[in-house]
Amino acid sequence: MNYSITEDIQWYRACMITDVPENGGVCVKYKDEQIALFHFARRGEWYASQNLCPHRRQMTISRGMIGSQGGEPKVACPLHKKTFSLIDGRCLSDEEGCGIKTYPVKVIDQYVYIGIVDDKDSSQAICA
Amino acid sequence: MKVIVIGNGMVGHKFCEKLLARDKKQVFQITVFGEEAHRAYDRVHLTDYFSGKTAEDLSLVDQNWYVANKIDLYLDDPVVEIDKYNKKIISSKGRELSYDYLVLATGSAPFVPNVPGTDKHGVFVYRTIDDPELITSYAFRAKKAVVIGGGLLGLEATKALKDLDLETHVVEFAPRLMPRQLDESGAEFLKSKLEHMGIHVHLNKATSSVSGKEKVEALEFKDNSRLEVDMVVISAGIKPRDELAKDCGLRTGPRGGIIVNNKLQTNDPCIYAIGECALFEGMVYGLVAPGYEMADIVASQLTGTDKVFADFDMSTKLKLLGVDVASFGDALAIENECSTIVFEDRVWGIYKRLNVSTDGKYLLGGILVGDASAYNILLQTYKNGLPLPQNAEDVFMKSGAAGKMNAGSGIAALPDAALICSCEGVSKGAICCTVKDYGIEDLDGVKKITKAGTGCGGCVPMIKDIISETLKELGKKVKPAICEHFAYRRQELFDLVKVHGIKTFDEALDKFGNGAGCEVCKPVMASILASAWNDSILKQPAIQDTNDRYLANIQKGGTYSVVPRIPGGEITPDKLIVIGRIAKKYNLYTKITGAQRIDMFGAHVSELPLIWEELVAAGFESGHAYGKALRTVKSCVGSTWCRFGLHDSVSFAIRIEERYRGLRAPHKIKSAVSGCVRECAEAQSKDFGIIATEKGWNLFVGGNGGSKPQHAVLLASDIDEETCIRYIDRFLMFYIKTADPLTRTATWMNKMEGGITYLQNVIVNDSLGIGKQLEKEMQNLVDHYKCEWKEVVESPELRKHFNHFVNLPGEKDPNVQFEALRGQKKAVDWK
Ligand code: SRM
Ligand SMILES: Cc1cc2nc3c(=O)[nH]c(=O)nc-3n(C[C@H](O)[C@H](O)[C@H](O)COP(=O)(O)OP(=O)(O)OC[C@H]3O[C@@H](n4cnc5c(N)ncnc54)[C@H](O)[C@@H]3O)c2cc1C
Ligand code: SF4
Ligand code: FES
Repeated sequence: MNYSITEDIQWYRACMITDVPENGGVCVKYKDEQIALFHFARRGEWYASQNLCPHRRQMTISRGMIGSQGGEPKVACPLHKKTFSLIDGRCLSDEEGCGIKTYPVKVIDQYVYIGIVDDKDSSQAICA
Repeated sequence: MKVIVIGNGMVGHKFCEKLLARDKKQVFQITVFGEEAHRAYDRVHLTDYFSGKTAEDLSLVDQNWYVANKIDLYLDDPVVEIDKYNKKIISSKGRELSYDYLVLATGSAPFVPNVPGTDKHGVFVYRTIDDPELITSYAFRAKKAVVIGGGLLGLEATKALKDLDLETHVVEFAPRLMPRQLDESGAEFLKSKLEHMGIHVHLNKATSSVSGKEKVEALEFKDNSRLEVDMVVISAGIKPRDELAKDCGLRTGPRGGIIVNNKLQTNDPCIYAIGECALFEGMVYGLVAPGYEMADIVASQLTGTDKVFADFDMSTKLKLLGVDVASFGDALAIENECSTIVFEDRVWGIYKRLNVSTDGKYLLGGILVGDASAYNILLQTYKNGLPLPQNAEDVFMKSGAAGKMNAGSGIAALPDAALICSCEGVSKGAICCTVKDYGIEDLDGVKKITKAGTGCGGCVPMIKDIISETLKELGKKVKPAICEHFAYRRQELFDLVKVHGIKTFDEALDKFGNGAGCEVCKPVMASILASAWNDSILKQPAIQDTNDRYLANIQKGGTYSVVPRIPGGEITPDKLIVIGRIAKKYNLYTKITGAQRIDMFGAHVSELPLIWEELVAAGFESGHAYGKALRTVKSCVGSTWCRFGLHDSVSFAIRIEERYRGLRAPHKIKSAVSGCVRECAEAQSKDFGIIATEKGWNLFVGGNGGSKPQHAVLLASDIDEETCIRYIDRFLMFYIKTADPLTRTATWMNKMEGGITYLQNVIVNDSLGIGKQLEKEMQNLVDHYKCEWKEVVESPELRKHFNHFVNLPGEKDPNVQFEALRGQKKAVDWK
């Protein structure tokens, strides 16, 4: 994982659990950022990444289909099906393909929180 | 480095594109001079001008292209002098520019034979975009027209004149039409086809003069006969435009053409000549493909790649006046130097000739008239020196679909050099190699290594076939798995779903799969579940492919399109007004689609339920343009209005579309109904198509357009409406149950052992005894149809999913941007 949970993380309350389709995703707006949030209901896991697909710079990742590759959770952009790991954001379909930024997620009571690391460099979306 | 290009024709323009693409370091500054007033346009399709295309339509690039690519373009300003010692040129408007490299792409001019009278009013040539204009305006006053020259271009001109409703004649000096491409019999078949269309063909005629006072009144021939006409189009060959080259001392051929070496250099190494003005080893190449190759070679040479020109294959396939004509390799080989296989079908006007080496093993060349569907595979066989199959006659020579190379099994025969993915330029050999040398066994792996199939994706089924073919060759068992999560084929999964009564993806994953699924197995399972139970796809939105999940097609920029169903293509004025009103209200781009309906583009995801609410209220339903489902049933107007119509094709088309609407299948399905054999609805290019006959209807199956077009084949003839529907029920249900994912009906049938005969047995003769069951299953699906959009519109819970931001419902994606285009909008281009 490329993030570590430190004190600097601000937890943004994004939505309710029930707002997110099971085994699907939604897009969350945080300030000017668009964040894709996914619920792997079968395994009870949550992941978040930038919504911008680096391939053609389209705001589409949240509408992609999620799944796994050798156990690793991933998402496929709906436009050209490039796939990205939701653990570290690396592109799984091209060797040299651009990766995406991922965010920590936690669930408390019925709410889903996305962790924002308030560090100028890392909150810049990759390839943006 | 300064490069000047003289000539803004097809090849000159291609050169600019190629140089831009290869000039990664941007060292070249390009300037282009064009003699014509128009930007480079598609000369090959000049004849389309007569059917309403404008100069702008034929243009190869839009207005801003040159500016955007920093190319200086001077139109209507021919270069008049080359000063090769000082390396500069002078144009007619007095521009003086120096160059480091000069590229001559001046093309050719029509050759006008030296006979008296060609300067009279009413005599035309056919080469530039101005010619059709001149011809059209003169044709208003004319009744009879003649084309001098029965070659390829002459026949193009003939078509143009015919389309202007003139009495049309062609005069050819040789004893046959297209003497360079066709043999005597082939030309004879073509001639009778033309005559059938009302074109008068005169062979063995040498024109001696064009007579008349000021304007043309007749053609006089050497044999003392004459032909009275009001206008003449001369198309007797081409003459390379080498005058500029000659004037500055470049070497030219005795019969014209600028002499070049295999780097396309003239005798001045800084000056290149490409396209129809170049003379390479005594030959002028009068087609675009070799010209484009030349353009690429010069671009390579300039950017440091040493690519050279070699003898270019002049095989051609064209549609002349609606007739397929193809000739390849040594088409006119002399009888005793080869054996020939000839097939003639006078009823359908089909002629095929193959020239085979005397030992019967190899193809040397051939001619196809009337049906050129086997052209590609024959060309590949010839070019790659593949051994001919034992039963070459059966494979290539039969007419129609029976003679078509079987696409599934044909893969093995394709040479390694055959280009499979044209987006990424990947050959069959490269794909085989990843399987053999890298041990890759699945599509994803091949995609990763070769990039094949990552562009438009049209070649993906072929890649899969190549992978399994190669695995078989290696003696490996072909993995039946659809992906890492399910070790089954689609048919097996379909049966498992049915037998175990599986209703959801999760159940299936629990019972027969592993992992979390992926973008491959989820849509496959979604389609199986929909075909098996016709349950609403809305119940499991997350396993639907994007388009199905949002019940709309996603586009550039992330907006969606809206396509309401317009059964049979019939629509009332009131409904047209509704569409217009809604499109205006939501600022949507509207377009008539290629399938007789109207598409509205550019809707934000949050607007979809609002738009559909209004559409549903006005009586529209979903058109399923987003689904692997029945799309449209096209119709022609049929007997209600058409003077040839045998039955009411519109009513039947609407009945069919309403019966199968919403039906989910392994791939999309399209249909059409035509009211007579003129086939205006193009039923023979559909997954199932129906054509009226005197006695009833003919049912065709297994056709498609798209990337690998194939004609449908006749399944049953002269049947009544009820029988027709029964057969379609069986056919579709059988397809749904047994086809692989993303396999159109044509490919499914190509791979079916026994082909159409087997299918006929199953569907018509009910050889498996499953006819009744298939019908029952179909009826069940038909009875459970619901409009998905109506359901969404009526359910607040479902509507919730149609938002861009979960935490700001209704707010649009601020990143979406549009640009204005011809009074509407378009998505901004991506990088
Ligand atoms: C809108 C339309 C083009 C137009 O402006 O006319 C169109 C647009 C698309 N076509 Fe098409 N096709 C359209 C008529 C056709 C036709 C003509 C016809 O149906 O008569 C064909 C050839 C006929 C055929 O299918 O046999 C056609 C062959 C394809 C193919 C190739 C299929 C094949 O078997 O090779 C694809 C790719 C696919 O389906 O996998 C495709 C895929 C697409 C997609 C869905 C690509 C995509 O996934 O985004 C395009 C969606 C654009 C959008 O945003 O809405 N479209 N497409 C036409 C919509 C027809 C309609 O009313 O539903
Ligand atoms: C009706 C018709 C149908 C055809 N059909 C086919 C077909 O089906 N398949 C096929 O492969 N080919 C076909 N062709 C041939 C094809 O169009 C040519 O091979 C192709 O256009 C050659 O390209 P080019 O750039 O060499 O010449 P052109 O396209 O003729 O371009 C040369 C340009 O240079 C300009 N020029 C000349 N001298 C100067 C100067 N001194 N200064 C500035 N500009 C100058 C000319 O005005 C012209 O615009 C057809 C041609 C015609 C006319
Ligand atoms: S509409 Fe069809 S042919 Fe046109 S670009 Fe899209 S997929 Fe290709
Ligand atoms: S834009 Fe996401 S894969 Fe192309």
